[in-house]
Amino acid sequence: MIRGVDKQTPFRWLLMVFLSFLTVGLGYAVLSLPAQTPGLSDYVAENIENSGVSNPVTAVLLNFRGYDTLLEIGVLLLALLGVWSLGGITKQRESSPGPVLDMLSRMLVPLLILVAGYLLWIGAHAPGGAFQAGAVLGAAGVLLLLAGWRPGARFSGLPLRITLVTGLGMFVAVGIVLILVGRRLLEYLPPFAGALILLIEAAATLSIGITLAALFLGGRPEVGPRR
Amino acid sequence: MSTVFLYALVGVGLFILGLYALIVYTHLLRKILAINVMGSGVFLILVALAGRTPGESPDPVPHAMVITGIVVAISATALALALMLRVQAETGRAELPEDPLE
Repeated sequence: MIRGVDKQTPFRWLLMVFLSFLTVGLGYAVLSLPAQTPGLSDYVAENIENSGVSNPVTAVLLNFRGYDTLLEIGVLLLALLGVWSLGGITKQRESSPGPVLDMLSRMLVPLLILVAGYLLWIGAHAPGGAFQAGAVLGAAGVLLLLAGWRPGARFSGLPLRITLVTGLGMFVAVGIVLILVGRRLLEYLPPFAGALILLIEAAATLSIGITLAALFLGGRPEVGPRR
Repeated sequence: MSTVFLYALVGVGLFILGLYALIVYTHLLRKILAINVMGSGVFLILVALAGRTPGESPDPVPHAMVITGIVVAISATALALALMLRVQAETGRAELPEDPLE
C-alpha cells in the first residue's frame, strides 16, 4: 500500500517509533557481532593456489562462487530485456553536445577502453576484474551517448545482441564443457583455471560494458536497414 | 569502538534513512533513490564487517558479494527508472495512484 502524501501523513509518529526500534535493533545486532573473526578468509587462503588467480576477490567471484556470478550476469541481461520490453527509445530533445564534450569524449573513450583492458588483466592478482572493467567500458558508452552518438541501425540488430549475450554464453559454454570433461559445473581443472577465468572475464567485460550502456539508452534501439 | 563498527553503524544509518524516504515520499524517482541509499548502507555494512579478520587482508567473500550486489542494484535501478518513465508517459505523473481501483 502506498500511503504517505508528502506532508499530511497521519501516522508519521508511528513511522518514527518503528524506525527508531529498527535502528536500535540493527545497531544492537551489528555491535553484538564478535570484534574479530576470520570469517571465510581462511578457506579462501587455503584454496587460492588452485584457483588460477592470486586476487582473493576474483578467486571467490569466478572460481569458488562462480555460480553466483553466472546468475548475476543473467540478472544484468534480464534487466535489459525488461527495459527493452517497455518499448523503443523515447524521443528526447536533441541538442548538440558542444565542442568541449565532443572533444573530451573523443579523447577519453580510447583511454577508457585501455583502462578497462588493464583492469581486466590486473584482476588476476590485484583489485580489478570483469565488473570493474565492464563498468569503465559502460562509462565510455554512456559518455558517447551523452555526446550525441547513437549506434547505427546496422549494428543494433544481431551484432548488438550477440555482444550482449557473449558474457553469459561464454560462462555457460565453459561450464558445459567442464561437465562434458567429467568435472562439475564451473569446477575448473587447476592448470587451466587461470586461462578459463580470463576467457570468461574478457567476454563478461565486453557484455557488461555494452549492457550498461544499453541500459542507459533506456530502450530498444531501432533495428534493420531503415535509415 | 573500532572503525569497523563505526562504518557498520553508518551503514545501518544509511539503511534507515533510505527506508524512511522510501515510505514517506510518493515521487517514484525519490523512491528509487531511497532504495539505492538503502542498498549502499547494506554494502557499507558488509564491507565494514569483512574487515574483522585477524590478519592484514579482509575477508574476500563479503567483498565479492558486494560486487555482485552492486551489479544487481544497477540492473534493478535501470529497470525501475525505465518503468518510472513509462508510468510518467502513461499518466503524466511519476507517482503511483493513491487508489488502485480508480
